Amino acid sequence: MTVIAAPDKTGSGFPLGFDTILDPSPLQYLDEHGALSGALRDDVPELDPKELLATWRAMVIGRRFDVQATTMVRQGRLAVYPSSFGQEACEIGAILALRPTDWFFPTYRDCVSMVTRGIDPVQTLTLLRGDWHCGYDSQVWRTAPQCTPLATQAPHAAGLALAAKLAGDDTVALAFCGDGGTSEGDFHEALNFAAVYQAPAIFFVQNNQYAISVPLAKQTHAAALAHKAVGYGMAGVRVDGNDVIAVRRVVAEAAERARRGQGPTLIEAVTYRMQAHTNADDATRYRDESEVEYWKVRDPLARLETYLRAAGLLGEDVVAEANQAAEDLANDMRSRLGEEPEVDHRDLFRHVYAEPTPQLLEQAAALQAELDAEADAESEAAR
Amino acid sequence: MTATLDGAAQSTEISLAQAVNRALRDAMTADEKVVVFGEDVGVLGGVFRVTDGLTRDFGEQRCFDTPLAEAGIMGTAIGMAMYGFRPVVEMQFDAFSYPAFEQIASHLAKMRNRTRGALPLPVVVRVPYGGGIGGVEHHSDSSEGYFAATPGLHVVTPATVSDAYTLLRAAIESDDPVIFMEPKRLYWSKDQLSTTGPAIGEAAVRRQGADATLIAYGPTVQTALEAAEAGAAEGYDLEVVDLRSIVPFDDATVTASVRKTGRAVVIHEAAGFGGTGAEIAARVSERCFHWLEAPVRRVTGFDIPYPPPKLERHHLPSVDRVLDAVASLQWEDR
Repeated sequence: MTVIAAPDKTGSGFPLGFDTILDPSPLQYLDEHGALSGALRDDVPELDPKELLATWRAMVIGRRFDVQATTMVRQGRLAVYPSSFGQEACEIGAILALRPTDWFFPTYRDCVSMVTRGIDPVQTLTLLRGDWHCGYDSQVWRTAPQCTPLATQAPHAAGLALAAKLAGDDTVALAFCGDGGTSEGDFHEALNFAAVYQAPAIFFVQNNQYAISVPLAKQTHAAALAHKAVGYGMAGVRVDGNDVIAVRRVVAEAAERARRGQGPTLIEAVTYRMQAHTNADDATRYRDESEVEYWKVRDPLARLETYLRAAGLLGEDVVAEANQAAEDLANDMRSRLGEEPEVDHRDLFRHVYAEPTPQLLEQAAALQAELDAEADAESEAAR
Repeated sequence: MTATLDGAAQSTEISLAQAVNRALRDAMTADEKVVVFGEDVGVLGGVFRVTDGLTRDFGEQRCFDTPLAEAGIMGTAIGMAMYGFRPVVEMQFDAFSYPAFEQIASHLAKMRNRTRGALPLPVVVRVPYGGGIGGVEHHSDSSEGYFAATPGLHVVTPATVSDAYTLLRAAIESDDPVIFMEPKRLYWSKDQLSTTGPAIGEAAVRRQGADATLIAYGPTVQTALEAAEAGAAEGYDLEVVDLRSIVPFDDATVTASVRKTGRAVVIHEAAGFGGTGAEIAARVSERCFHWLEAPVRRVTGFDIPYPPPKLERHHLPSVDRVLDAVASLQWEDR
């Protein structure tokens, strides 16, 4: 294997044939009325009833998590929460297509993906609660800390994918970003590096139409964000980001392709941010209610549910179990996030370097003396 | 310059650039997780030939050229380090590191901290820096202050052939990111190589003296030593401290020296305002106030963008400027 591999010009290996996407209409299997498109083969794993029900259940739980987190921020239990309500097909479909050994590079909006990956909801919200910058063990979960700067995690995914390739592992790296992130230089450098090295990376853009208040039309003049793939000589696909079956299939194929040594894929998932950017944002200043209404009827969870019910797959016992699991999760979040978090001031200095510098040791000692004096004064006053 | 170290057997002296090359070779031999990449570091061997022969001898999985994109180089190195590699990347020229600065400041410096130790990043960023080689704009900056002001990074800069070797080996072995500042104009200076040397964070007293301490690093160590020689003729017995490591800072060596001499001059090429010299002067003042006979002086580049080659001699700290600073240190008996 050489590091510098010439791009494979002989074909993408994509059964769906979307290596060159000049038609900007998004790939869709499940339309907004919950009807399956005839383009989907019967034998794809995503159509297996068990898989469909597991996906639906994850979406029920993911949405409940999102609603509960939004409530907690209103109650002052979280400092901030960027909702992904309405983006569950992306958040959940993409993550369910990965193996536990694959690496995931989330942004601040991707808590639902992390919960779907199995990360504890409270650890997922550590960053947004303000306890620490990352609440879970990134090595254990193979999930990078949530990235706050835009698209700067994309080159990390390219590098990690290259490293996995050099190590001879079949690990794939998947990086999320938003439509705004595609305007950042790091996004383009990441795609270029991954393509040049044919690294097993997937760049998944959740095009939710707005970067805070700036609409897609002011973000790019391109007909589709997926078209950016063409310039880098990599596979690209535009998918209906509210169709979880399509998202799962597309990510699964991109991962298979990456594992076969056929390089990176850019996926643009067309979706919509139903809530404001965060609680600090006023979405009514920049978008009409009619637009939100348009997307409401394209809701990814309702769409799958309609299909499952029509297919006779969704028994009431299944619904009851999923709803109970979602309520249990919400109850657990309420009670644990309701408690004052434990933070240790010694953590300030512990993880700056492997060995603290003499200067940090001095500062840690000074802070400790300050806190000891405070404690002494308090116990003196209490006496 | 000899293309590789193969010819160095006849001569016991090698250049500083060759010492860096040897450190890279020895580190790559010792640990297969060490990979070297950047712009032109492969077939060409780097624009200063520092990585000469590495691709030939270790293969292009271990030393490879990248697209021309510094943020991409830096970000890719971070991802590789997250997967267990120990990347050593080159920024080619000081000012070329600025496009990578967000990756350095937001991620390289902070990943260990953000993840509470789960993701240490053993990355070395080699930055050829400083002036005096007649480079056009964006090729002669002294960017160490930006890195030193970013917690989470180690910032080291050798001034001798042996330190270049030993500090780079230490940097590659470090589990933390290290910004390895290579003084370009010393690339061709030659000396015998000793492969035993300091740990990161240890300054060196290059010349003993009793009257004042000249504190320098990287390219200005040579200026300080020349000033000390010239100062001796004028009756000043000057001590020269070579910091070698800006972060962590060796307060102990600097403090001991200044308490002994009672006077200090800090010398660097970067602009003085907000520069590392200001930090050093403040630390010396805090720790040596009762020993000081005069305020700590700084001899630095002017507070201007790095000048064009035909004007750079006016900008760079000179022996005369250092001696003028020494003369201003309130000598009652002179």
